[in-house]
Amino acid sequence: MSTGTTAKGEEPRSTAMRGVARVTRGHPVWSGSDLDPGQRPALRPMTAEAVAREGVGHTRQRLEVLGRERASGNWLPWESELRDRGAAIRRETLRDLDGYLSRLAAQLESRGVIVHRVSSAAQAREAVGRIATDHGVTLVAKSKSMATEEIGLTAHLTTLGIDVVETDLGEYIAQVAGERPSHIVGPALHMSRQDVTDLFSQLNGDPLPPDPDVLASYARERLRADFKAAQMGICGVNFAAADTGTLVVVSNEGNVDMVASQPDLLVAVMPVEKVIPRLADIGTLVPLLCTAANKEFTTAYQTLLSGARRPGEIDGPAEFHCVIFDNGRTALLGTPEEEILACIRCGNCQFSCPVFRTLGGGHAYGTTYGGPVGAVLSPLLGEATRDRDLPFLCSLCGACADACPVKIPLDDLLVAGRATYEAEQPRGVESFGWTLWSRFWSTPALYRATRSAARIAGRLIPAGVLGRLPVVRLWASGRTVPDVSHAGDRPRGRSGSSGGSPEGEDR
Amino acid sequence: MTVVSRPGTLPERVALFTTCLADFAAPGPLAATIAVLEAIGVEVVVPRDQTCCGQPALNSGFPAQAGRVLAQTLDSLDGAEAVVTLAGSCAAMIVHHSTRLLGAEAASRSGVRNLWEFTQFVAAFGEDLDLELDATVTYHDGCHMTRLLGERTAPRTVLGRIRGLRLVEMPDSDTCCGFGGTFSAKFPELSVAMADVKLDNAATARAEYVVSADPGCLMQLQTRADAAGRSIRTRHIAEIVRDAMRTPA
Repeated sequence: MSTGTTAKGEEPRSTAMRGVARVTRGHPVWSGSDLDPGQRPALRPMTAEAVAREGVGHTRQRLEVLGRERASGNWLPWESELRDRGAAIRRETLRDLDGYLSRLAAQLESRGVIVHRVSSAAQAREAVGRIATDHGVTLVAKSKSMATEEIGLTAHLTTLGIDVVETDLGEYIAQVAGERPSHIVGPALHMSRQDVTDLFSQLNGDPLPPDPDVLASYARERLRADFKAAQMGICGVNFAAADTGTLVVVSNEGNVDMVASQPDLLVAVMPVEKVIPRLADIGTLVPLLCTAANKEFTTAYQTLLSGARRPGEIDGPAEFHCVIFDNGRTALLGTPEEEILACIRCGNCQFSCPVFRTLGGGHAYGTTYGGPVGAVLSPLLGEATRDRDLPFLCSLCGACADACPVKIPLDDLLVAGRATYEAEQPRGVESFGWTLWSRFWSTPALYRATRSAARIAGRLIPAGVLGRLPVVRLWASGRTVPDVSHAGDRPRGRSGSSGGSPEGEDR
Repeated sequence: MTVVSRPGTLPERVALFTTCLADFAAPGPLAATIAVLEAIGVEVVVPRDQTCCGQPALNSGFPAQAGRVLAQTLDSLDGAEAVVTLAGSCAAMIVHHSTRLLGAEAASRSGVRNLWEFTQFVAAFGEDLDLELDATVTYHDGCHMTRLLGERTAPRTVLGRIRGLRLVEMPDSDTCCGFGGTFSAKFPELSVAMADVKLDNAATARAEYVVSADPGCLMQLQTRADAAGRSIRTRHIAEIVRDAMRTPA
């Protein structure tokens, strides 16, 4: 194995990332892979900038087409059946998450896998970093994994002097551009063919034609060199079967097989909820994931990792580690929010979400996970103090809940997340305002008084002046002020109350 | 989803839940709703002490405040044989969230159990209305009515009864208009961008009116269209039905 490893004394370095210094930064600070979570801009300016960006309309249209193809709310009969079974399997897992994790760890260890169960994101990235430095690793070939994004793994390994290369094409594009993935399964969905052509031309130093085949071949050749030279592979996990200790990873490019078979050292990284009770469950969960994510029954490759290379076997990693991290998840068990742990990361809620689409992808959420799942999950994760207000970045249209293959009530969780956020805030103007509002509007006479006040204001104050008042001003940026000069008007009923009284009394 | 049980026969009298939004800013749709209900042959009362369903506070993260206001409105609707509202979103709020905010017994309150969204009522009892209107319209499915209330067919059933009316569907008719209650003021740029997508889609139908069963969506779309100088006109579905009545009430 590791036929491409260079001779002793020479440290292999990434071929695929050669020339990356030539790439000029063309993206806003909030879409960068170097965004410090503590430095995330406030949501409103970030979203305002996102909707005004050049090319955002084209990204939106691409996402709309994908959303329509998936016909989020309309599951075919066989898909509905799969969805019922998948949703049940995920809830079954969550009812005994710790039990399944213990079984998984025991099975992995019996297959020669070194298991690291850690709590925080920092512990997870440090565990991987230690494995790499212990082995003198200088080049890592990595397959796509949102979990590694969540724990900031690439940045950490880079600070240790290690080259890390993303080998999924979309992820590679995002890495070269210096951006975070903009979608869970489509990391470079926010880029057009021309964007990729420009990016790869900069990387290459010479112009490349805007031909997808040429561009893909260009990436493929560069990545091949790294597969051969890398001393360590890192992959994510889609499903981890507790009964057999099998780690299942789906992909469409074969790069996972390369990452898991070429280097002598392999590290799989997974958050706790990736465990499933039985290997047989992938008969339900893989087609469900692929249907929701890509409208395909299965991916081109399903990689089933069953432990380290055993005596007599000709390939596979000689040393195999599995890092299982929590990062705030098990604290959710037993709360309504545990539902989000059922998520299988298909990204269908993101396709279905008009907010996500209009923003041109998930970057303007300022977090690893964007869209509905991100707005629910990000605030609940370990070091997410800055992301607690994300549930507000949603118009509560509910399309995500219909699109979810495992029936997570995302819209209800978003409403709940808002209440959690406000309950944590010091009592301020907003809390005082809503309490005052509720006192007024639970007292009919005071409700009618506010209505009369609105009516008088609507009649006496010109719309241009009204539009400059606080709150109204926010509405009036881009919209006219609604006419409230007839507030409380009632037509006289033909039946009902006679005489001058415009309002019927209680029966 | 809560299943609302309702009488199968035409009630003698219905209580109109005006909703705060229509009460403040959509008197036209309110008047049209009353006219259509009366033409169907029911007496319409407007309970004096109703206020709001509480949704603005709930969606802003203040469920206790929302519950207090919702309780007042449900109190005002107690005893009603049927309650009709012209806002699909407010109907969905009451059906979906009442028990969460006020406990399981809220499900048996008149304002919840006997609640009809306007087009549901007209679809069930308005079959004898003589309707004709020479107009081309496109229909926007409000999110909460479609997904929380689960009502996808009644509006098109009602529009389908109007002779001479041409319904031209727009792409993504059930995609959000960007209103989202307080979302529209928290993220005005994003909210307006979403409205523009909806207006662009509606424009492809080349219809005289963008029709919906939700005053909130209609306010969002009309005020955006006006500010952007677009000629698109919105109309509540109750106004379309009222305009189509051969013998106006």
